[in-house]
Amino acid sequence: MSEIRPKDTVNDDSTVLDIQNLTVYYELEDETVKAVNDISIKLGKKRILGLVGETGAGKTSTALAILNLLPNPPGVIKSGSIHVCGNDMLNLSQKELEEIRGGTVSMIFQDPMTSLNPVYSVGDQIAESIELHEKCSRAEAWDKAEEMLELVGIPRERIHEYPHQFSGGMKQRVVIAIALACNPKLLLADEPTTALDVTIQAQVLDMMCDLKQKFDTAMIFITHDLGIVAEICDEVAVMYAGRIIEQGTLEEVFNSTKHPYTEGLFNSLPDIENREAELHPIQGMMPDPTKLPEGCAFAPRCPYARPECISTPQTERSFSETHKVLCSAYDDPSFRIKREER
Amino acid sequence: MMADNILEVNHLKKYFKTNRGMLHAVDDITFKLERGKTLGIVGESGCGKSTTGRCILRLIEPTDGEVIFEGEDIVRLSRRQMREKCSEMQIIFQDPFSSLNPRNTVMETIAEGVRVQKKYRTPEQVEKRVLELMETVGLAERLINSYPHELDGGRRQRIGIARALAVEPKLIICDEPVSALDVSIQAQILNLLKQLQKQLGLTYIFISHDLAVVNHISDEIMVMYLGQTVEKAPSAELFRNPVHPYTKALLSAIPIPRVGANKGRIPLKGEITSPIDPGDECRFAKRCPYASDVCHGSCPKLREIGEGHFVACHCFPQ
Repeated sequence: MSEIRPKDTVNDDSTVLDIQNLTVYYELEDETVKAVNDISIKLGKKRILGLVGETGAGKTSTALAILNLLPNPPGVIKSGSIHVCGNDMLNLSQKELEEIRGGTVSMIFQDPMTSLNPVYSVGDQIAESIELHEKCSRAEAWDKAEEMLELVGIPRERIHEYPHQFSGGMKQRVVIAIALACNPKLLLADEPTTALDVTIQAQVLDMMCDLKQKFDTAMIFITHDLGIVAEICDEVAVMYAGRIIEQGTLEEVFNSTKHPYTEGLFNSLPDIENREAELHPIQGMMPDPTKLPEGCAFAPRCPYARPECISTPQTERSFSETHKVLCSAYDDPSFRIKREER
Repeated sequence: MMADNILEVNHLKKYFKTNRGMLHAVDDITFKLERGKTLGIVGESGCGKSTTGRCILRLIEPTDGEVIFEGEDIVRLSRRQMREKCSEMQIIFQDPFSSLNPRNTVMETIAEGVRVQKKYRTPEQVEKRVLELMETVGLAERLINSYPHELDGGRRQRIGIARALAVEPKLIICDEPVSALDVSIQAQILNLLKQLQKQLGLTYIFISHDLAVVNHISDEIMVMYLGQTVEKAPSAELFRNPVHPYTKALLSAIPIPRVGANKGRIPLKGEITSPIDPGDECRFAKRCPYASDVCHGSCPKLREIGEGHFVACHCFPQ
């Protein structure tokens, strides 16, 4: 059993998160849901990775796997490794995991209404995690909790109030305060602003960016909103049917898009500056994750698909040190998607 | 020539009684809607946009005001008369999961509306019509005996649309019809709605909090804030030349999916005025960066400042 590394130890290469070849299945009685298929992610200090994809692409399963929180059964990590600040998350004891969760890594869930406990005051809930991880007295934890509350823009007098007394945006701020209370090195944010109105969303995003600067936190930001990605992320990974089909820096993925699915996502969005522009949705639906095809899972919906795409697995291609694309069409050196020809 | 208005809403009000006083959910909304056009209603949660939609259909009884549909004030109709009117006005709901009866198949759900139309009498005629409708909304024939739980969100929303079309309505109120869907499916449904409008000459009221979507589908946009209209203009005009400080802030908060495009956001600070017994002041004043004494003194009236461009703000022109 490995010793937990204190979260302040600076890693030699400052890699906060290192996922190698992660595969997650949900093994049900008569079928297996292949939720995450062989993905690798590396994330450095202070970087924000946008994990983009549609419902069922495997985004949340990836995040839960990082915390080793997959509901088991039926969730199983079939293969791969996950290191957070050098800790091997898949081979730690339950006790060690509990120390890391909420301390080194924390998570913000999509729905602020259900992730707070209605019968405890928000102060109790923030102080709880501080008390557990910082090993301080209750009074000290409450002081810190007040500070955190103020940091996320809620007056400290409201610390004794209960979740139902706050609006949706404020509840999400409380959840963020809990997540950041112990200065985590890595924050997993699963659609933290989806339930909020745009003006409130803007406030929460601004605040998260400020806090990232303050605490040097690396972040995985799960979202389906490409607008938010453009705004706050440094890197982007696009998931489809459990695979990362395109990965790179924000500029690479947005300005020199390579994968036909990523292009399809952009074409599906109404252009706010050109309301006459027609929408070009991706035809069809995402494949059933219990019956993934042999070849490229996107091929049946892909306008560029050739017969080989359906029968043989995709090949990975690097366009730069950071920009990787999973698409066999690039075996043909003259292949270009339409978006690139603009 | 007079515009052919299918719908005129005059001073529509809906107040709800609460323990703490009267909640002004919809407070004096007035607009006209031309046949074959789309009016988008945008605003944040709780601004009264869904309540407005439901009051127009009398799914919620309005407290006061007129809803004139094809020259007739439907607020005054009896329940029986209203039932008949219902076949001309339909609604598509946000959540395709909870708005369909889980125990009815696609056939049963759509056929219910078809049977209301006295045209289709025999079971064969009804089935033929259901299949026609399924084709119109892009549902495969083989799904006719499926139950909602067997289908994904996009297909379920198509059932909702087919059900609304079954009674051959003239006006459809779309209450956040794509909010629960993934972007690629959302685009499919938006295209379908646009195509149906062209094909059948439908008029839409499109309620959504997503400004990019509303801009794409609407001819005119009405921005609501705490039960009132703060600005209303043709879509292109509203986006090019927003006047009300709230509209400006709302537009600046939309994240744009382009690198480096999200600059110059107008932050909104301050507390939100309670919709319970609001005083006679501008309801946005407490969050408005331009608010002055006059804004706290009285509630601004909606006035026309350009062709079809209405705004309710004391500060214009600044």
